[in-house]
Amino acid sequence: MPPLITQHDLENRIQDLLAAHDPGTTSRLDFLHARFDAGLAWLHYPPGLGGLGLPRGLQPAAEKAFAAAGAPDNEPQRIGIGLGMAAPTILGFGSDEQKQRWLRPLWCGEQVWCQLFSEPGAGSDLAALATRAVRDGEDWVVNGQKVWTSMAHEARWAILVARTDPDVPKHQGLTYFVLDMSAPGVEVRPLRQLTGEAEFNEVFLTDVRVPDSQRLGAVGEGWKVAQTTLMNERVAIGGGAAPRESGMIGVLASAWREQPEVRDPALHDRLLTLWVAAEAARLTAMRLSAQLAAGQPGPEGSAAKYAFASLNQQISSLELELLGEQGLRYDDWTMRRPETVSFVGRSPGYRYLRAKGNSIEGGTSEILLNIIAERVLGLPGEIRVDKDVAWKDLPR
Amino acid sequence: MSEALLYSEPEEELRAAVADLLADRAAWASVLARTESAEPYDTELWKTLGGGIGVAGLLVPEELGGAGASLREAAVVAEELGKAVAPVPFLGSLTATALLLAARESGNGTAALADDLLRRIAAGEQTAAVAIPFSRSPDTTYRGRVSVTPWPPREDPHEARLTGRVTSVADALPADVLLVPADGSIYVVRAADAQRTPVTTLDMTQVLCDIEFDDAPGQILAIGYAPLAQALLSAAAVLASEQLGLAEQCLKTTVEYVKTRHQFGRAVGSYQGLKHRLAQLWVQIAQARAVARYAVSSSGDEQVIAVAVAQAHCSAVAVQAAEECVQMHGGIGFTWEHPAHLYLKRAKSASIALGSPARHRRRLAELVDLPAS
Ligand SMILES: Cc1cc2nc3c(=O)[nH]c(=O)nc-3n(C[C@H](O)[C@H](O)[C@H](O)COP(=O)(O)OP(=O)(O)OC[C@H]3O[C@@H](n4cnc5c(N)ncnc54)[C@H](O)[C@@H]3O)c2cc1C
Repeated sequence: MPPLITQHDLENRIQDLLAAHDPGTTSRLDFLHARFDAGLAWLHYPPGLGGLGLPRGLQPAAEKAFAAAGAPDNEPQRIGIGLGMAAPTILGFGSDEQKQRWLRPLWCGEQVWCQLFSEPGAGSDLAALATRAVRDGEDWVVNGQKVWTSMAHEARWAILVARTDPDVPKHQGLTYFVLDMSAPGVEVRPLRQLTGEAEFNEVFLTDVRVPDSQRLGAVGEGWKVAQTTLMNERVAIGGGAAPRESGMIGVLASAWREQPEVRDPALHDRLLTLWVAAEAARLTAMRLSAQLAAGQPGPEGSAAKYAFASLNQQISSLELELLGEQGLRYDDWTMRRPETVSFVGRSPGYRYLRAKGNSIEGGTSEILLNIIAERVLGLPGEIRVDKDVAWKDLPR
Repeated sequence: MSEALLYSEPEEELRAAVADLLADRAAWASVLARTESAEPYDTELWKTLGGGIGVAGLLVPEELGGAGASLREAAVVAEELGKAVAPVPFLGSLTATALLLAARESGNGTAALADDLLRRIAAGEQTAAVAIPFSRSPDTTYRGRVSVTPWPPREDPHEARLTGRVTSVADALPADVLLVPADGSIYVVRAADAQRTPVTTLDMTQVLCDIEFDDAPGQILAIGYAPLAQALLSAAAVLASEQLGLAEQCLKTTVEYVKTRHQFGRAVGSYQGLKHRLAQLWVQIAQARAVARYAVSSSGDEQVIAVAVAQAHCSAVAVQAAEECVQMHGGIGFTWEHPAHLYLKRAKSASIALGSPARHRRRLAELVDLPAS
């Protein structure tokens, strides 16, 4: 048993760090390095990897203390996929060497990560994916096409699932890798989305060499590793302890408070219904993050992400209705390449449109409901025609 | 009355003509490409529709060179335009025409001026638009920010000068003539005498502009806003049909897609989670059709109720259909390269246009005597 660290100890450690590395005079990166090395980055990670093995529930208080001292943060909006998906997977399945190599620059925001999972033919049915990885000496040679890859244009590293054995049923022939996005043979093409900008991409992989030392988990265990990523992705999108009225509901509440002229008695009850729903989702997410020890989340993260998507859509839709004439306008359709993923940013029209992606990205709402129905409630699954057939024999 | 909820044979013929033209000239890819071009309106298409098929003069009496048709025919055209999210100033032109007709019948303005404009509209020589925010619902007593400047000596009692600003006006950009409500009367202003600035719109296929009047000469068309209210009522009735067409198209595209898209070795349309929602949408659309038909077939007090019902119902159905269309297409539905977003943007924008569903429900509360407290 490691010695218990109390809330009081934690506050002292934060103050010590701030005293030794005055945010006013220390460079941003030096400060983040020092914070990571002091175990004050992600508190629930193990000592030596940026954490202190503490409950996740302590994180918001620590963030608050750092923010109050004017300390720089790691710009989580820029590195969401790294923080929310790659890191927990590396933590769960990486070797010591891999953890040492990737986690520190990931958390400090020096390296952006992206997720090379979905393919044109394999979205909800991720296990059907066709990108091939073939062993060649100490390397794997990867060929295939990925799609909807958010932030691939900014990324240094990618988490990748590829097929290493086409002769076994689809879930068994997959292996999980970390791919260097600057390696020869990686081509990233922007894919514009309905908001006008291109946050996501198509990624073409042609004879890309991935050293075996960048494999996460055993050969053929890719599905299991990917499950960890997906479960964490859902918590990252829908979970997390946040203050009251953060996110979409906060924007709507401010619009109502600050613009009396848009208040419509016919919409008042709907506003409050959504306010209650947002508060319920917030408390559920808070409870979830308190329940999660350092371990990996289960299907309950799917519920949080489902609720998040549905709320974001309803709230942003009501905002436009409320704004009336202003809701007929849009800020800018110019095609751009954003550096961050923002659900709430920009204009009301943007929020409405971007929220449509929330029920698709990270597992569609339909798939999340299937997970709750089958894995939580134990209801019989859909009839599966493809489970025991070798992947290469599946109809395509 | 129940017969009126169906389509007549001439209506179906008109539909077929419009549908053929749109299939030929308004494929979604060209509609999308146009949204980012210097010419957001398809003027050529509008010329053929307006002049060739006679859509511009649909409501104009035969003695003024129009087709002498009713809102029912206009609604059929709107359904087809909704299916194609076509970038033509149909609704704005229809609103202006309805206003001119109402002004002509009210008999308190200058019928000759209205007649003259209607004749030009029917002949395809001119396009008119009403200078009012697109979000304005028919029920409200309109109070705009354009006023009539006292302009003595007044040689001609029919002439005035207008100053002020109107925002988010639909279809005024290609218009030659603006019908401007100001200080309780409606004036005709040459579009060239006002300054029009296009705005960036959520619905990229619906161009809006802000209009600035700076001592612009105007001729009085009608005293009082009764013709304006009637025109907005007609427009709202026809918009419900556009929403119906849009919803139908979304359902059609989605059903086709879920039949062919396979995941887990099955067509995704075989999953009950999707299947039931699509079936429900079909039920909603069947109701939208009845409601929209009724709105363009009724008259008098009954029409006021019918339009409020149609707007409250069809707005919601169109938005739901477009949202489901995006969702059931998965990632591809979220991209610019797929038409789903054109429908989503039109549906959401149309739900705000001419009054949001909440406004129409509130209006209904008065009309059917269900007060809030
Ligand atoms: C904004 C955005 C960002 C994204 N970022 C990334 C990323 O960074 N990396 C990455 O790998 N992927 C990313 N994706 C892709 C995303 O994970 C997939 O789009 C998603 O999993 C759905 O796959 P699909 O698009 O192939 O849709 P499909 O799987 O074809 O689904 C089509 C429709 O069928 C439904 N459906 C499918 N199966 C079932 C079933 N069994 N029961 C009921 N309904 C079903 C779906 O819910 C959906 O409505 C992103 C997507 C979006 C929209």
